[in-house]
Amino acid sequence: MEEMLFYDRMQFAFTITFHYLFPQLTMGLSLIVVYFKWKFLKTNDPHYNKATHFWMRIFALNFAMGVVTGIPMEFQFGTNWAKFSELTGGIIGQTLAMEGMFSFFLESSFLGMFLFGEKILGHRWHFVTGLLICLGSWASGFLIIATHSWMQHPVGYEVLENGKFVLNNFQALFTNVWLWPSYLHNQAASLVTSSFVVAGIGAFYILWNKNVSYGKLFLKTGVVFGLISSVIVAMPTGDLLAKNVVKHQPVTFAAMEGIFHTEEKGAEIVLIGQPDVKDKKLDNKIAVPNVLSFLTYGNWDTEVKGLDQFAEDRHPTNISGLYYAYHIMVGLGTLFIGVMVLAVFQLTRKQLFQTKWLLWAFLFLMPFPYIANTTGWYTAELGRQPWLVYDLLRTADGASPTVSSGNTLFTLMGFVGLYALLGMLFAILVGKIIYQGPEPVKK
Amino acid sequence: MEFFWYIVLIGILATYLVLDGYDFGAGIIHLFFAKTEKDKKAITNAIGPFWDANEVWLIAAGGVLFYAFPTLYAASFSGFYLPLMMILWLLIFRAVGLELRGQIHNQMWEAVWDKAFGIASFLLALFFGIALGNVVRGVNLGMVNNGVATQEPHFFFLPLWNPTFSPEAAELGIIDWFTLFLGVVSVVALMIHGANWIIYKTNSSLNSQLKEVIFKMNFVLLVLVIVSLSVWHIIEKEPFHNFLDNPLLFIFPIICFVGLFGLFKVKTFKKDGTGFLFSSMFLVGGFTSTTASIFPVVLPSTNKVNPSLTIYNVANGDYALSVGVYWFAIALALVIGYFIIQYKVFNGKMDDVGYGEH
Repeated sequence: MEEMLFYDRMQFAFTITFHYLFPQLTMGLSLIVVYFKWKFLKTNDPHYNKATHFWMRIFALNFAMGVVTGIPMEFQFGTNWAKFSELTGGIIGQTLAMEGMFSFFLESSFLGMFLFGEKILGHRWHFVTGLLICLGSWASGFLIIATHSWMQHPVGYEVLENGKFVLNNFQALFTNVWLWPSYLHNQAASLVTSSFVVAGIGAFYILWNKNVSYGKLFLKTGVVFGLISSVIVAMPTGDLLAKNVVKHQPVTFAAMEGIFHTEEKGAEIVLIGQPDVKDKKLDNKIAVPNVLSFLTYGNWDTEVKGLDQFAEDRHPTNISGLYYAYHIMVGLGTLFIGVMVLAVFQLTRKQLFQTKWLLWAFLFLMPFPYIANTTGWYTAELGRQPWLVYDLLRTADGASPTVSSGNTLFTLMGFVGLYALLGMLFAILVGKIIYQGPEPVKK
Repeated sequence: MEFFWYIVLIGILATYLVLDGYDFGAGIIHLFFAKTEKDKKAITNAIGPFWDANEVWLIAAGGVLFYAFPTLYAASFSGFYLPLMMILWLLIFRAVGLELRGQIHNQMWEAVWDKAFGIASFLLALFFGIALGNVVRGVNLGMVNNGVATQEPHFFFLPLWNPTFSPEAAELGIIDWFTLFLGVVSVVALMIHGANWIIYKTNSSLNSQLKEVIFKMNFVLLVLVIVSLSVWHIIEKEPFHNFLDNPLLFIFPIICFVGLFGLFKVKTFKKDGTGFLFSSMFLVGGFTSTTASIFPVVLPSTNKVNPSLTIYNVANGDYALSVGVYWFAIALALVIGYFIIQYKVFNGKMDDVGYGEH
């Protein structure tokens, strides 16, 4: 049983982690692509249209990867989490079915037109198809996070005698207190990834001394979008989300912050340290006194509950994993704001393109928003453990009863192999597009 | 309410069959008949801008199944675990084959993705037929062994095959002679369907040859259909009782046979789209007749301990099902709108659309 659950969880974690590398770029990037097309319509400067085409190609490749790795996600609820699907399908099936009907049809119908239809449609309608794809992908994110929010903070349901959850309030799914902060946080974070990718490739072209005019355009656009989005990720959305966790999942909050023992006279904020779960302490700790109480409650001396206040069977199952995921996310998020502030400052002084070290920094920072997004999701998901539906349905009770661990291991190996192949192909093709660069504007 | 969502689900699946069906069929034609670069291009152009939207109907079917009949979704997806995972992998190969082929101009690269696309399409057509066979034949619900259920009454698990390949064995497998037979029917029918689509959407040099292929394969299909009807009673004891109780249902088999016989006139059609219409009729008629014959059962039980799964014992609550009608109506109107726009923009022959070229 234990082993079965382990492989079921591994397979879901692996496939969702790989899948989300792509949508986190495409959701934000669709907005930037539409922005370039809009600038072209406004200014009639062909650079903007070529920039649209260039990013459209990268978008299309990422989108295709997102689609092919996304279908296994919908299937896995039934294949590996059959008991969970049976009990909660009455509710989460609703939002997932809506995602298919409202956003996938929208995206897939207009993607072909957006990619191949510029000549047939004309620029204005080409812009509109881009906007529709952007809308579709943001709607998809919304419905997924509505599903996620219900699992974190179930609302609008009742439980029948046979253990099944049934919906009794449709609107409640969309007014869930968990939903809006999570959604905006996630979308802003997606825009951070796209901003860093756009800025990073811009910096690459400037440093390479090729396609320099595009390099400058990309870098400039990336840092402006990047500053706005990285601030929104922290304030207000990240802050609101953390306050939700404190209020509704205090045990998760304690594990995230690495608080083993209740701190009655105000809690310190841990910047660095390795949790030692067995002895219930942090090694090599660097912390600032009372700041956590202030950030959480607006008061320096308020008590913050530690893990010792909660029964052990309610503790998150992977406390150190959760602690690291959260700290990596917060650390990187802070770094992103710092870099973006500096870059915009240099931009206003007209020094950005000459600040060599900052250009190199942008080049090497490209992978990090992906790490921050991934660890952010790990924080949410590991933080929800040991529950599938918080406080109501345990993860151990949700797996498929008839699928043996051997079968799951077999398909997990299949996914690892297949995704390794897909990853390599993706790297080759995206590398080729970047190497070729945007089409130069004919004088 | 259950009945309404059952009709929706069957409608979505039938649409999927017609739309992605021509993609699979085109893939099979591509695998066996497309020899020149020009013909290969014509085929990929004919389905390129559509396959992605077509595949969404499968996702929509999965979503509606999950929402309207959660118990059926949970039971069948875990029970048919292995074949579903393989279908997922094949769908990935089909998509990658189509999308990556044009990205690099190199003979080996193109050859690899041509085969990935063709073989994946062929196997998908086979698997979907096998899947339908499994739903008709039923499974050992509750995994009853010596009269005792070892699982909850709706759960089961099937290996890919058993040593006897018999649909009547005590221990069933996904692939037996009956389901494999339906798989072959599906391959032949979709091959005809795909050929009709290519004729409809391209001016390729294959078109006249394809008409010949359709004509011949249609004979094969007719024989397969007759054989399957004559062995059907082994699997399902009273396949016609629903039709006799409610003669209106005969409309479905009639649609099916009109499609089948109509295609024998393929060489005389004036419009290139007529053949596609007939093969769509065959597919939709055949699929709906099959589901109508087991209604209201959606997954029969092969043991006497546990009852079959019907739309009534696997459905979501009434409130959830009613509230869905509102958003579904809006969504469906939008989807129809998208399709009209899409087919208007990519109207007519597709030879020069330049799909997959960068």
